[in-house]
Amino acid sequence: MTDQTTAAFDLDCEGVTKNFGTFRAVDGVSFSIPTGTFFSILGPSGCGKTTLMRMIAGFEEPSAGDIRIKGKSVLSVPPNKRNVKMVFQHLALFPMMDVHDNIAYGLRCAGVPKAEIGARVADVLERVALPDLARRQIHQLSGGQKQRIAIARCMALNPDVLLLDEPLGALDLKLREAMKIELKLLQHQFDTTFVYITHDQSEALVMSDYVAVMNAGRFEQIGRPEELYHAPATAFVAGFVGDSNRWSGTARGTEGETVHIETETGLALGGSPRGTAPIAAGTAVEVFVRPEFITVTRATEPAPEAANHHDGTIDSVLFNGANSRVLVRPPAGGLIEADVTLTGGTSDLRAGDAVRLSWDAAQTMVFAA
Amino acid sequence: MSRDARRLSLILLFAPFALWILLLIALPHLGILALSMREKVAPRVYEFGFGNYAEFITEPIYWNTLLRTGSMSLLVTFLALIIGFPIAYYIAKIAGKRARGALFLMCLIPLWVSDLIRAFGWILLLRESGVISRSLQWMGLTQSGIEFLYNDAAVIVGLVYTVILFMIVPLVSTLDGMGDDMIEAGYNLGGNSLTVLRRIIVPYAMPGIVAGCIVVFMMTAGSYLTPILLGGKNSSWFTEQIYNQFISRFNWEGGAAFGVLLLLFTSGVVWIGLRLSGQSLANTVARS
Repeated sequence: MTDQTTAAFDLDCEGVTKNFGTFRAVDGVSFSIPTGTFFSILGPSGCGKTTLMRMIAGFEEPSAGDIRIKGKSVLSVPPNKRNVKMVFQHLALFPMMDVHDNIAYGLRCAGVPKAEIGARVADVLERVALPDLARRQIHQLSGGQKQRIAIARCMALNPDVLLLDEPLGALDLKLREAMKIELKLLQHQFDTTFVYITHDQSEALVMSDYVAVMNAGRFEQIGRPEELYHAPATAFVAGFVGDSNRWSGTARGTEGETVHIETETGLALGGSPRGTAPIAAGTAVEVFVRPEFITVTRATEPAPEAANHHDGTIDSVLFNGANSRVLVRPPAGGLIEADVTLTGGTSDLRAGDAVRLSWDAAQTMVFAA
Repeated sequence: MSRDARRLSLILLFAPFALWILLLIALPHLGILALSMREKVAPRVYEFGFGNYAEFITEPIYWNTLLRTGSMSLLVTFLALIIGFPIAYYIAKIAGKRARGALFLMCLIPLWVSDLIRAFGWILLLRESGVISRSLQWMGLTQSGIEFLYNDAAVIVGLVYTVILFMIVPLVSTLDGMGDDMIEAGYNLGGNSLTVLRRIIVPYAMPGIVAGCIVVFMMTAGSYLTPILLGGKNSSWFTEQIYNQFISRFNWEGGAAFGVLLLLFTSGVVWIGLRLSGQSLANTVARS
């Protein structure tokens, strides 16, 4: 590998593994992050994502594997010498210093001349759009302001990689939505590689250029958000990213591109095989169908052309504006979720209405269990 | 009816506190203050005046003793801080959950024994025929026994031992409140161990440091048993002067004046300490 190819990646991990006693928290994770991307690591709590991040920052030492920043291995570099900065889950702003001193701390450690520090602090505060807060105390800031100061404190040091450890977790919903967009904009503005850790799939999908889905210490899939959503590589990714109806069942046979399934609840479905494991008659399978791909029509109206049709009655209507949903109970039992548009008029679907659900085989993702 | 009942319960709850403040703190001090301003002009004839204070100023041995007590107390406070800080840091930040309780208990154990017994413990160790002297003789490092007692070092060692717990407790409680991520952030942003200690850990622990120092300084400057027992007749501790005035010389007026002066002096030192560290009583002693 020449220098040129490695330098295109800000961060490279190769077979990174971490054992705590007999427990393997991170298991042979490899990935490369191109310069200037927003990369998310998405996984449930306890999947090892925080351990992975702490190894990149240098607070934990990998049991095996290599971590390279801008092509150079950093395994022997102590945390305070790595040009990787971290926004902590609870931000860890220093409460005994004001905003200016929080940002200046890193610059002083780096030996930046006194005269230059003032200018650089003012510059980074300008870039996070909080130019007047330099002399505020930390406890006087709002949640969103603290967030931006924590990022500014790192960005003042021009890091190669910025790590963010679920920094939005402590914010309320409204602010979290606003900060998602803001983080994305900040990443564009600073043009630095962001590695963002989260268990919230909507955060990962909205902000990221690439997302790695992590489960039980391993990466299940790395890809663009739309790839993860529409072409999940494993049953875990299909279930973890986005909402879906999920059935366990058995394959009854294949017919061209379509595989016929019978679920445990007794539904007969036609689906498309996904994942790497082969599916033949008799294979135990997991089936996923996203609610937005299911069309709901009244039993009295003609249903669209589709591979799967199921009749049922509406059990309940979950009104949530544009994301409204109905729960339909087919005769076989169980509930199927489907997205609907509710206009507030008299023609809206109501609980107890008889309906027909239709969806394509291509939207029915079948994984060998 | 219910308002009256609430008022009554408030009064009842407040009464012991008010009585304590009034009877055990305010009244005795006012009495001491009044006593200190009485001058003896003839047997059983007294006059208002500041003669007792004038005597303190004109007699160098008195204010020298006070200054000596003050500076040795500062030294004890400083040593207690230097020794106590790493212990408190270990208990609060490094030790595991179970070890923490055990370590804290070990710090408390000496308090189950009275001051007097603890001082005698030191005497057993340090006197000419004591454990240390005998051990040195047995090892052949010295021919005759060595007297370790009755010098300033013995007094300081004994005092540090007596008061260090009161330094450790407030330090542990403030350091406990500091998240590990604060320290990690300090390293992550490029600081070395010294920078993190100097710019993050110590400033964060400042309220606890100041609280511990105030308590330890006041206890040391006001202590009597340890300096007398370990320092002997030459310890020249100011409380000893006060005792002599009251008991040996039966000069209650002079003793009272010395008592007031000790209070003013220690309060002054604490005030200066608070100003220098930029802390207030409200966020240090009152917090813990």
